[in-house]
Amino acid sequence: MANITIDGQTIEVADGTTILQAARMIGPEVAPPTMCYYSKLKTSGGYCRTCLVEVSKGSEKDPRPMPKLVASCRTAVMDGMEVKNITSAKVIEARKSVVEFLLINHPLDCPICDQAGECHLQDLGYEHGSAKTRTDFERRTFEKIDIGPKIQLHMTRCILCFRCVKVAEQITDGRVHGVMNRGDVSEISTYIEQAIDNDFSGNIIDVCPVGALTDKTFRFKSRVWFTKPMNAHRNCDKCSGKAVIWYKGDDVARVTGRKDQWGEVEEFICNTCRFDKKLTSDWTIEGPKEISHQSVISANHYPANMVKPRELTLNNIKPITLIAGEIK
Amino acid sequence: MSEIKFDDNSLALVQSIIKRYPEGKQKSALLPLLHLAQAEFDGWLSVPAMDYVASLLSIKPIEVYEVASFYSMFNLKPVGKCLIEVCRTSSCWLRGANEIVDHIGNKLGIKPGETTADGKFTLKTVECLGSCGTAPMLQIGDKFHEDLTFDKVDSLLDEWSNKTEHSKYLDVNTFRKN
Amino acid sequence: MSKKILLEHINVPGIETLEVYRSKGGYSSVEKALKTMTQDAIVEEVKKSGLRGRGGAGFPTGMKWSFLAKPEGVARYLVCNADESEPGTFKDRYLMEKIPHLLIEGMITSSFALGANTSYIYVRGEYFYIIKILEKAIDDAYKAGLLGKNILGTDYSLDLHVQAGAGAYICGEETALLESLEGKRGNPRIKPPFPAIAGLYACPTIVNNVETLAAVPSIVNNGGEWYAGIGIGRSTGTKLISASGHINKPGVYEIEMGITVEDFIYSDEYCGGIKNGKKLKAVVAGGSSVPILPADLILTTANGEKRLMSYESLADGGFASGTMLGSGGFIVMDETTSIVENLYTFARFYHHESCGQCSPCREGTAWMEKILHKIKDGHGTLADVDLLWEIQSKIEGNTICPLGDAAAWPVASAIRHFKAEFEDYVKNPSSISKVKHYHNMNNLATA
Repeated sequence: MANITIDGQTIEVADGTTILQAARMIGPEVAPPTMCYYSKLKTSGGYCRTCLVEVSKGSEKDPRPMPKLVASCRTAVMDGMEVKNITSAKVIEARKSVVEFLLINHPLDCPICDQAGECHLQDLGYEHGSAKTRTDFERRTFEKIDIGPKIQLHMTRCILCFRCVKVAEQITDGRVHGVMNRGDVSEISTYIEQAIDNDFSGNIIDVCPVGALTDKTFRFKSRVWFTKPMNAHRNCDKCSGKAVIWYKGDDVARVTGRKDQWGEVEEFICNTCRFDKKLTSDWTIEGPKEISHQSVISANHYPANMVKPRELTLNNIKPITLIAGEIK
Repeated sequence: MSEIKFDDNSLALVQSIIKRYPEGKQKSALLPLLHLAQAEFDGWLSVPAMDYVASLLSIKPIEVYEVASFYSMFNLKPVGKCLIEVCRTSSCWLRGANEIVDHIGNKLGIKPGETTADGKFTLKTVECLGSCGTAPMLQIGDKFHEDLTFDKVDSLLDEWSNKTEHSKYLDVNTFRKN
Repeated sequence: MSKKILLEHINVPGIETLEVYRSKGGYSSVEKALKTMTQDAIVEEVKKSGLRGRGGAGFPTGMKWSFLAKPEGVARYLVCNADESEPGTFKDRYLMEKIPHLLIEGMITSSFALGANTSYIYVRGEYFYIIKILEKAIDDAYKAGLLGKNILGTDYSLDLHVQAGAGAYICGEETALLESLEGKRGNPRIKPPFPAIAGLYACPTIVNNVETLAAVPSIVNNGGEWYAGIGIGRSTGTKLISASGHINKPGVYEIEMGITVEDFIYSDEYCGGIKNGKKLKAVVAGGSSVPILPADLILTTANGEKRLMSYESLADGGFASGTMLGSGGFIVMDETTSIVENLYTFARFYHHESCGQCSPCREGTAWMEKILHKIKDGHGTLADVDLLWEIQSKIEGNTICPLGDAAAWPVASAIRHFKAEFEDYVKNPSSISKVKHYHNMNNLATA
């Protein structure tokens, strides 16, 4: 066991636990944001650099601070380790720059993006970003490719978290998409025209932190904050059948996996449940799904008893101006 | 386009390359095999060529596309018979690489990244090839042409105008077969 | 001071052949190591020698070797990093081309010391003509019983193979190299675990540079103390320097560490002074990644001492006034050189070579290139220069692998030491043609 202190709060965790996992055990107020890490996917994490933290004391045995900020999702705790997340000015600065790096090529097309309202990049921007844009270079674009009738790929929105590739590799048979090219022209693609279509392929939508992979069967049907999410289940021979069904009026507009407070699905669901079961009679309704998204757009629109908005400070609100100012 | 299948000589090389790695780690042979495929199949990697390599190594085609598109020496589109790669990083730039690129471009009537209409030449600018002490330089196939002057470039272009074969990084005899 | 260890026999005709190489004492370290020494004893000698990694990082080789995990029944690997791609560096190529058996000898002796029975030399794909040379040399070594089963009649066996890269600077980073050797994209791994614990095929692995491994035979033959007696302080032994740019005698030079930078640039034994009688403006002393220094700071430290060719002296003053020995890629720029344009070629290089895994490097290197492109063409603003500074500072230290730092340092140092030139490009674009880079059109036309 190891004692670790994060932003002044101490917890005892099992050896091998990462700083991020320990922080999540303490609670959302000290947990670093993540864009690529996904606890259900092996080898995920380490890429986006949003979860960087400062290790101000390495361990009881070797108390020296670590020379660089470390990716909390990929760094194991040591007994006596002391970590600064939001209490470190260096971390706040670094995170702000990571948000900027992720946004310089991200199209600010939130008004027409189905992910808006449940987008982790929006959340990240609100909470850690800067209100100013410092680039006027043309944003990166890609040739559009069609990956089949159920899933829409918008490569311009992709932040290269690689979760969808890991889903395809780890929970589906016969991966047909991956990462092409390198550097800033890296691209999620099938390379040849091919549908990403197997029993579990729809999960790439749920793990996508942004609007790069969205549900074609829900495309432009509704802003998410006008839908009512309900926990529901059904008997399914492929998956647990535990899902969230999102009502628009009396119709089931879409079906997704159930996400926890970190935005990760609790269990992956199959494509039959996701795409083919759009009738209330297909499901046993359990009750309203609690949404813990911090996004200001969500906070304004989900019924108040369903949201746990973070305390809104001026600092939190500022970036809204950015969105409003950018898109005319 | 040639048929996408290695001849016996190449297949023997494929087998000997795969043997260089432990049992089950045959994917290690991917880069050498892609080089061989590019050399044997017209200087570039078509989808059938990559799928063929995937089948030889019992890996998924997507694994080959991902890798082939990562490395700058693999051409995923057809190139001219003679692929001219001019280095232009620091030391080469200091000694006139830009002028060499312009000179070749003017002579051939193409810009970097383009192929002449007759399909003879493709001009490509590349980053440091480790020939800084003999700059400026260019590479055609596995040959480094160094301490370039306009005259040297001209005679190279003349020489390649008359050739019919493709420039290649390797041939089937580059690697040992035991 | 002209001590030669690696290049002692470089001018002997036929030294690239096994016969001539052996006639000059070649492979004696294999004899000595396999027949008279234990593995631990060799590691101990390498530790004593003070040999440091010659690829750029300068990490003590003996210490790296001592980290190698040795679990029962698990294969260990030695992988030679011959993915030489750092702009300004061409020494490994020279060594492998001119005296390939020295590397092979170093590989055998070192593989024995580490208990590896299969080893690989990962050579950048652009060096295919060198791969041919190595394959021939390895073939000859097999035939002579220096490789394969029961080397020289001992019970030690080793298979040695050459692997070709395919154009990716990032594969010089050791974990990216291992990924590439496994037939994958050259994406650096997230560490820990380090290769010494889980490297090639998740087995304990040591990755060493060509020049590092080529130094091992002399250390085994003469002892670690002998090697440690050469050079200066913690910069023991000799170092190959790749000299390029505006000098009279570009090429690869073996220097004993501790000679002055001034001597290296101006003496006829080495660079032979600046070309065309021009003045020295700046030097990139250790490959494109290390900070560029203006003439005064490369020749003399901030304390007024003569700068020496050694790890410590070149680093004297930290990044404020010093640089690094790095890979020994020594790029010399005369007074006509545009620092801004040179930096642009570096920025373009790092943008081109970023693997794209982590966001600061993927996005930051591209952004820096765009801004420098703008500045060099006379469309920049003072705010762009500040932004450039800001971006590099946000890449540095925040990436998965050192490529981020390598991309940031040249930008930081160019702005640190040549800010006035950047401002000139911004404020007075019409003056750019005057400082515009060295034109040697005439040389190209007539030489």
